[in-house]
Amino acid sequence: MIQRTPYADAFTYGLMALGFLLLIGPFAVIVAAASQTMQQVNAVPFNFLPQNQLIANMTAAWTRADLGTAMLNSFVMASLVTIGKVALSALTAFSIVFFRTPLKHVFFWIVFITLMLPLEVRVVPTYAVAADLFEPIRLAIAWATGITVSVEWNLLNSYAGLTLPLVATATGTFLYRQFFLTLPDELAEAARMDGSGPARFFIDMLLPLSRTNMLALTTIMFVYGWNQYLWPLLMITDPAYKTTMMSLSSLVPHENALPDWNVTLAGALIIMLPPLLVVAVLQRWFVRGLVSSEK
Amino acid sequence: MADITIRAVRKSYGKTATLHGIDLAFASGEFVVILGPSGCGKSTLLRMIAGLEDITGGEIEINGRVVNKLEPRERGCAMVFQNYALYPHMTVADNIGYALKVAGVPKAERRPRIAETARIVGLGDYLARKPAALSGGQRQRVAMARAIIREPGVFLFDEPLSNLDATLRVTMRAEIRKLHQRLSATSVFVTHDQVEAMTLADKLVVMNKGHVEQVGQPLDIYHRPASTFVASFIGAPPMNLIDCSIDAADAVARHEHLAIPVPPAIAAALGGRQVTLGIRPEECRVLPAGQGQPARVDFVEELGSGRIVHVAFGSRIFAAAIPPDIRLAPGDLIGLALPPAQLHVFHRETGKRLDVTHSAGRLGLGPENDRVNEQETGLRATEAV
Repeated sequence: MIQRTPYADAFTYGLMALGFLLLIGPFAVIVAAASQTMQQVNAVPFNFLPQNQLIANMTAAWTRADLGTAMLNSFVMASLVTIGKVALSALTAFSIVFFRTPLKHVFFWIVFITLMLPLEVRVVPTYAVAADLFEPIRLAIAWATGITVSVEWNLLNSYAGLTLPLVATATGTFLYRQFFLTLPDELAEAARMDGSGPARFFIDMLLPLSRTNMLALTTIMFVYGWNQYLWPLLMITDPAYKTTMMSLSSLVPHENALPDWNVTLAGALIIMLPPLLVVAVLQRWFVRGLVSSEK
Repeated sequence: MADITIRAVRKSYGKTATLHGIDLAFASGEFVVILGPSGCGKSTLLRMIAGLEDITGGEIEINGRVVNKLEPRERGCAMVFQNYALYPHMTVADNIGYALKVAGVPKAERRPRIAETARIVGLGDYLARKPAALSGGQRQRVAMARAIIREPGVFLFDEPLSNLDATLRVTMRAEIRKLHQRLSATSVFVTHDQVEAMTLADKLVVMNKGHVEQVGQPLDIYHRPASTFVASFIGAPPMNLIDCSIDAADAVARHEHLAIPVPPAIAAALGGRQVTLGIRPEECRVLPAGQGQPARVDFVEELGSGRIVHVAFGSRIFAAAIPPDIRLAPGDLIGLALPPAQLHVFHRETGKRLDVTHSAGRLGLGPENDRVNEQETGLRATEAV
């Protein structure tokens, strides 16, 4: 619809500019502060112009918070969450959409319910499960024989523990399900006539066709996995498994300590970088995968 | 090459039955067209042959082997879908060769076969394209090539031409027929288009509401429709039908003030019965007012090669084909002549065809009408001529 409405146009542009400032403002502060010295950062009024201390601050943050290990851990964790999620959701949606089973709707609703239970809500029971995986078996043995077996089996301080609870949610399943539902039935039937079984159909047809979906989900899940704070904080006590978000909190100056916010923010800049890169590379598919499917 | 036998096949979804016991036999190499209005179960039947639908009851046999429990790939059928169902992410070559790839044919062997098949359907230059870059007709060809390359015993076509525009439909129709002559595989073609049915079929199956109405050669079905349904479904415009009672004394069929002359044999055999008379529009003759049966012109359809005049005839509207040299305007009074030899007689309630065997001079009915005949007229049924 094309209309000549100069005032409305001006208003929407104004609104847009305001929104842009709100979004970019904090980022500009981080960039400026991260490149200043401690004195400049604490000066009043705050100087929004970047200075020349960026590299020095970043190096300081890197060594102080041992960001090398943390970045690697976070990268492994985010990648595992992404891969696990993409694979699991594709398979779940495949079985929900393309197979006629009597309990199909029950399974679908079980998956659906997990949408309403994000990790933060179920963090205590999830921790209990992860901290003592052997418990159900122990209880079963105790109930059957009266013997209490003491076996240590938990997921604390491991990549499995970091990623598994984040993989088991429904968001990706839904994305795939909606996409699979748009595919015409004849596609599956034609593949059947051509002699391909379900696994073959999944690999030869569904995976290539859902590429944009997969990339959109990859973007979301990588950022989601990277930004996890609460769960790693609970699961990890061993510094070797520390993630970036935990390091970031350790970079925040304590009371009575030097207020070197410039180093903190330089660390934040480094930590922001990987998800930013992923989004920058994948954003083209991101929108396409969420909006619709190319036919 | 494969023959297909369908025995007492039924299909129901939950409690709703869609096919009520279908018995059909298709000979090897035959081109069978299943014709019927939408919802008559023709596509369901085809998909049951293909193995895409479960068979609720009865048996389907392909090449002497009961296939009820077999997977589609084990039945030796290839299918062409209405919306082509091409794999959108694959090139034309990959689409055509997919069945071979699944079957584990090595790439070196696949390539020449794909090229040859593409050449048959005239797609040689498009092998590297994606389906999205093809026109409707070309996509249809890819779908056909995909079926041909498997060298199946049976080709199944599910309304393959209904997504094409009128001109292309005619071309593709001819190509499918030529292809059939060349490959001579048994073909089962489902359509609701009677022109496709008439032009393509060796054997025509007319279905209605989950039953087979009539099976036969297209011309036989056209000239001797087994029921009022077939009579009105085949032919454009459809056969004119009018409810009458037979007056044996005057050898006429009466409808309101009309008295349509009928052959004496029919009048004698069916005297006093309520029947439905039918006549093809092209057999009706238009005469000046005062001759034949009185009728009033309702409107005229121009066809170029001739025209169809729709006339109010008793309580019915009759269509009659007239030569281009007769000029008629709406409201004109004319006479309509219905040659007695061209009349079709149907049972009023069941809609089944009633035939008279002229040699014996007595009423003969199709086998399915035996009971009706004996009960109501007391005459012995014979095989229809």
